[in-house]
Amino acid sequence: MASHVHDQAHDHRPPPDEDGPLSYYETMEIAVREILIEKGVFGADDVRAAIEAMDARSPAKGAEVVARAWTDPAFKDALLVDGSAACASIGIELGPLRLIAVENTATVHNVIVCTLCSCYPRNLLGLPPDWYKAKAYRSRVVREPRAVLREFGTEVPDDVTVRVHDSTADMRYIVVPRQPAGTEGWEPERLAALVTRDCMIGVTVPKTP
Amino acid sequence: MAARFAVGDRVAVRRAFPLGHVRTPYYARGAVGDVERICGDFGNPEELAFGRRDRPRQTLYRVRFAQTALWPDYAGPAGDTIDIELYEHWLEPATE
Amino acid sequence: MGNDPGRGVHDMGGLPAGSVERAEHAHAPWEKRVDALMVLLGSPERRVITVDQLRRGIEQLGTEAYEAMSYYERWMASITNTLLAEGVISSDELGRRMAEVEKRGEEGAG
Repeated sequence: MASHVHDQAHDHRPPPDEDGPLSYYETMEIAVREILIEKGVFGADDVRAAIEAMDARSPAKGAEVVARAWTDPAFKDALLVDGSAACASIGIELGPLRLIAVENTATVHNVIVCTLCSCYPRNLLGLPPDWYKAKAYRSRVVREPRAVLREFGTEVPDDVTVRVHDSTADMRYIVVPRQPAGTEGWEPERLAALVTRDCMIGVTVPKTP
Repeated sequence: MAARFAVGDRVAVRRAFPLGHVRTPYYARGAVGDVERICGDFGNPEELAFGRRDRPRQTLYRVRFAQTALWPDYAGPAGDTIDIELYEHWLEPATE
Repeated sequence: MGNDPGRGVHDMGGLPAGSVERAEHAHAPWEKRVDALMVLLGSPERRVITVDQLRRGIEQLGTEAYEAMSYYERWMASITNTLLAEGVISSDELGRRMAEVEKRGEEGAG
């Protein structure tokens, strides 16, 4: 086990070299997967399909939802009432994910965290970034959100409320950022390109082009 | 399943520190906030953590807390808030 | 503050910590396979282990291991411990299979 003990910052350490000898847990993953396939718990094809589904999800899907909300007020209203149902209505099926969309306005800025683990709208946006799962963000964003946002280059004025959402249970969150000035009348595809993953977590805002 | 609390109710998070798997963050225990919305009924994670899927479901709420209620030394404006999802058995009517 | 016995190692909201390290790494294939393993074991049609069992297993690794292990190492340890506790696999078959996998790896690398 000694080779697995590090001092700090393990969440950012590079993955083991695929060509080198297998680590203890890499070996375990292969062994457990093989045993479960032999027992008929699932098939090798199921593993491939799960990874393909994972690879198919990306922040682009969320950006599509946000751009639609910016250009279609009725859709935005529906999204804010029931995120999962609204996504389904435009052909984005989130499975069991219960999505809550929270809207940034002139008076409110939203930011998402999971202090207890790494809950994230993965069926919409894909897997969360490393920093979202790491101690610094999880510990600090609930207590000093404005300082953390500043580290991401986001300065929220004091007359704008910062609203943190801690994803502690069954709901998952997406921030609908404010549409940048000067983009009125743009096509949804062009708008979607402005919407980054970090905007939908709420640590940044879309840049005015 | 009837929800014990309504949107806008003032609620207190129980101060309790059990073993097991609980989804009520430490920093919220004992805090007082307002029910922001009722999310529906869900399996109780404290039972699901031991593989027990047949136990009664729990109503899940989102409760909004003033940052200043959670951290006496909060550095930002008094209007800043945190919304936390909490299961009904962790909540009591606020007496304050 | 971090040594409160009533506070789990994972329950870190509000604790002091350093600045957010924004460097990201692309998921390695083995990390994706661990994720897929959990997706499959937790799926509604299989229901072998629950997400809360995964979380509980991670929370109970102990402070030192929690902090030393990478994200998907924690997942793999928890998934395996849960499968052992539920009797889905045994330590005997796991140990034998891991030895076999290691032997294959050495032959493949040679």
